[in-house]
Amino acid sequence: MIAEIYKIFKENNYATIGVCIYLFFILVAIFADLIATNDPLRINFSSSGLARNLPPSWEYFLGTTSNGRDIFSQLIYGSRNALAVGLSAALAVAILGTIVGLISGFYGGWIDNLIMRLADIALGLPFLPFVIVLAAFLGPSSWNVVIAIGLLLWPNAGRIIRSQVLTLRERGYIESAKVSGCSNFRIIFLHIAPNILPLSFLYGSIAIGWAILTEASVSFLGFGPSDVISWGYMLQDAYSSQALSLGAYIWFIPPGICIVLMVVAGFFISRGYEEILFPKIKK
Amino acid sequence: MFDFWSIVRRFLYMLFVLWIVATIIFFMFRLMPGSPLTAFIGTTFTDEQHDLLVKRFGLDKSLFEQYTLFIVNTLKGDFGLSFTYNKPVINMIIEALPNSIILTLFSLVIAYIFGVIAGAYLAWKRATFIEGFSIPIVLTTRSAPEFWLGMIALAFFSFQLDIFPSGGTSAAGVIYETTLSKLTSLHFYYHLILPSLVLALYLQGLPLLLMRSNMLEVMQEDFVTMSKMKGLSSWRIVIYHAARNALLPVATAFTLGVGFAFGGNVVIETVFSWPGLGRLLVFAVSSSDYPLAQGAFIFLTAILILMNFLADLLYLFLDPRVSYKTKN
Repeated sequence: MIAEIYKIFKENNYATIGVCIYLFFILVAIFADLIATNDPLRINFSSSGLARNLPPSWEYFLGTTSNGRDIFSQLIYGSRNALAVGLSAALAVAILGTIVGLISGFYGGWIDNLIMRLADIALGLPFLPFVIVLAAFLGPSSWNVVIAIGLLLWPNAGRIIRSQVLTLRERGYIESAKVSGCSNFRIIFLHIAPNILPLSFLYGSIAIGWAILTEASVSFLGFGPSDVISWGYMLQDAYSSQALSLGAYIWFIPPGICIVLMVVAGFFISRGYEEILFPKIKK
Repeated sequence: MFDFWSIVRRFLYMLFVLWIVATIIFFMFRLMPGSPLTAFIGTTFTDEQHDLLVKRFGLDKSLFEQYTLFIVNTLKGDFGLSFTYNKPVINMIIEALPNSIILTLFSLVIAYIFGVIAGAYLAWKRATFIEGFSIPIVLTTRSAPEFWLGMIALAFFSFQLDIFPSGGTSAAGVIYETTLSKLTSLHFYYHLILPSLVLALYLQGLPLLLMRSNMLEVMQEDFVTMSKMKGLSSWRIVIYHAARNALLPVATAFTLGVGFAFGGNVVIETVFSWPGLGRLLVFAVSSSDYPLAQGAFIFLTAILILMNFLADLLYLFLDPRVSYKTKN
């Protein structure tokens, strides 16, 4: 088993790079307390007053914000929020898409019809505007993004899984399970579900990047929580504090690079994973 | 080739989805915590003034009455009055709409022209150093938040080099008399360059990757092999035979992209202070201006659904293998 996984990564550069990036950020998030050199929200003072807009130094690796906060520490703590949002959104999409696809594909009929109509409605909602309205409706919290991603992205996973279930349903072993008196519940979750789990994982891994990007956008637009340090919050802070006209690149470039790395890692993993799932692509 | 009635049925279904979305949005705004007028009413208001406003915006009626009124008015094209501006919402939307349309179309056209050409080129250069180098770069530009790219562009080109304006559609003090005078003003297009290039940079990934994978697929089909055997030059094969067929899904993606980009423009319009529909929505939601937010949201949804519908139709016309008659 381990040898098999090793072989997959050895042959698949994209996936390996993606996993390495994730491992890096997971380690950073776990040991954030040790790595960060400062409290990310503390307003720092120097001998000459407020330590605002300081250039990088040994005390503040990436300098300070216009409010005298340590940029490097904010960056480190931001990884926690990004990982939490990304992974829970992935879980939400994978679980919702899988259950919906299984039920829709297995039962067919009016249940299938109803679910597919709901999918049309979810796909008819403009994504970011809906997340903004939802954030206003539920109050500022990072979980809005997770809820919104779950609500709007399940149809993509659900539809693919449904069509897969449609073909699985006709297989001989399902027939024999039915004949031997298995309950529908047992057939769906014990006999069909394991076959479509790779697809659930694929759509989940795609959702990670989406969730991190969306969280950043929502925070940037000012609908995120103001007491949680996230990369989107840092960018919003920089934008509204005239970091652009001050040319404080060191303030707003690093959070963006972190977002790009996380999202790209998600793309790489799903791409590599797709090649493993559908070897035909890789010619 | 296709059934007229099945298209009509799809159109009606589209209207049905729009109605459901409008209903969801209506109730989300009505059920939000707090009075919708808190942002609007000053502390110095007397009770009579308060009551007058409540009546004026129809907030004294029951939720069901408000809903039926909302649906009837929406059908008439009346989205009510904006709480903050006290102006008809529809006028504000009509004012913002051309800005959004131009920004979206401009960026999409740039992105698709570049994406299609670069995608075809990369398919041709399959398994070379150039391909191995370019694909990760394309994936990276797709992963970057649009607003972050916008921030870098602003800091560098507007503030540091001072060659582009830092936002808006006109220089300080300049007000366009009419929409037409705005759209024919060179100044407007000067302001358009930076936001549309940033948006295009973000959008080019999809057509590029799509074109590339379609090309790879088409290049393996029999008629391409046939052309090779006929001794046609590889350029001729790529341009005349493969690319034409690979373009079909890209055309559909373009139509879908219009609807999608419209919703996503929210952040780009905010970064560049571009007075479009997305920025209007952000403003409306953050200032609890429900009629305005509702109107802007319904417009964004209508554009998205309409574009999905058109993409379906386009697919039908471009690819004779798809038929609605057999599909249904």
